[in-house]
Amino acid sequence: MKNRAGDSIQNSKYTLFLGCTVPVRALNYEISARKVAEKLGFHLSDVSDFSCCGYPIKSIHRHAYLLMAARNLALAEKRGLPLCTLCSACCGSLTEADHEIQEDEKLRKQINEDLFEWLGLRYEGRVPVTHFIRVLEQEVGRKRISEQVRADLSSLRVAPHYGCHYTKPSTIYHRAEDPEDPKSLDELIQATGAQSVQYEDKLQCCGGGVLAVDEGVALAMAHRKLGHLRTQQADAMILLCPFCNVMYEGNQRKIEKVFQTEYKLPVLYYPQLLGLALGLEPDELGLHMNRVKTTDLVKKINRRAD
Amino acid sequence: MIDSETFDPDFKFLIASEPGGENIKKCFSCGTCTAGCPVREVTDRYNPRRIIRMAILGMKKEVLSSDFIWLCSSCYTCFERCPQNVKIPELMNAIKNTAVRQGYLPPSMEGQLDLLASFGRLLEVADFENEKRKESGLPLIHGRTEDVKKILKQLGFRREK
Repeated sequence: MKNRAGDSIQNSKYTLFLGCTVPVRALNYEISARKVAEKLGFHLSDVSDFSCCGYPIKSIHRHAYLLMAARNLALAEKRGLPLCTLCSACCGSLTEADHEIQEDEKLRKQINEDLFEWLGLRYEGRVPVTHFIRVLEQEVGRKRISEQVRADLSSLRVAPHYGCHYTKPSTIYHRAEDPEDPKSLDELIQATGAQSVQYEDKLQCCGGGVLAVDEGVALAMAHRKLGHLRTQQADAMILLCPFCNVMYEGNQRKIEKVFQTEYKLPVLYYPQLLGLALGLEPDELGLHMNRVKTTDLVKKINRRAD
Repeated sequence: MIDSETFDPDFKFLIASEPGGENIKKCFSCGTCTAGCPVREVTDRYNPRRIIRMAILGMKKEVLSSDFIWLCSSCYTCFERCPQNVKIPELMNAIKNTAVRQGYLPPSMEGQLDLLASFGRLLEVADFENEKRKESGLPLIHGRTEDVKKILKQLGFRREK
């Protein structure tokens, strides 16, 4: 089912998994991801019946989590395409469930019995799960991205935020990259022509995982990183997970109020930055939906005539 | 003051029998988890080394009824660094699953269960959201949500908003 190695990305197809947050609160991520995929020539297909990936219930009831994940995987399997997520927690949750189900025969049997009896579904275990940004990194590649750059982003200094579930736990991702020293997002940023800024506690968690349980703790975690980015005078933070965005952009005002400070730091999803580099218009990339204004940042970009 | 008379020596075996909790007894309390924990950095209410030590000692009620077990942000930093492969975020999930079975479900988690049972998602996609999606040129979402409700009902979570 996996797109064969050697095939050009032009022929690649994926089923897009949106999860809970993206289709409601991160339309700018979805819009820019679809636009960039179209521009680079790979196809994203939709399944309307997908539900939550199961991640939020993992701490409450593990079997419920596995069943919710397996239900989504079973629906994707019917499409016969690899699954591609925009949310890092969805990617981790579905990848892990897939591993567990494939590796544990007893579990696989139990999951399939329940899936079939309750929902009439079956999961054979043939759906590769990946993250949209990994597709850009591994399938499209930095070289092809650089070749298609149409705007000059070289005056932009942006800070990559990897978040947690994009690289960890590294065992489920077959150590796609070193979780203590990841480079993919830095390199994808450089491929657009922008500068990737280094900063203290670059790999720190956004705090989103505890937002529902203790808002104060979550805000304090996000506040620390925003402070480190201000020290480096970054033009923007670049991220790849809608929940990290909830913390750094959605809650930025609240953080400014609670901690009596001002950041006004634009937060962009990587496909938005990439889209600008590819010569797409800000509105086509949903930049008008960003809560922290990106006008000054866009002014720094030089459009090339071609 | 800790009263060892109240300890339940079987607690660690209970956790070890739960998926994700298998390696609890391998912990030698080095504290690598706590040293690199981003939650611990902003609050001393969460301390994974302490929680694991309490569990191994058998402080069952103190651990299961606590708020602090719910403060793990699941960032997996400790998972990557633990020299004993205790898989701490998974261990915390094993403890939390056990706590829920014993009746300790924090209100914030009850809220999430209600949303999942009602919409199959944490955020509802109703007409308003679909209208916004349409305006943005995005495909509409009309997914069946009954399946998630069915799963939760079958597993004994009978709740709906």
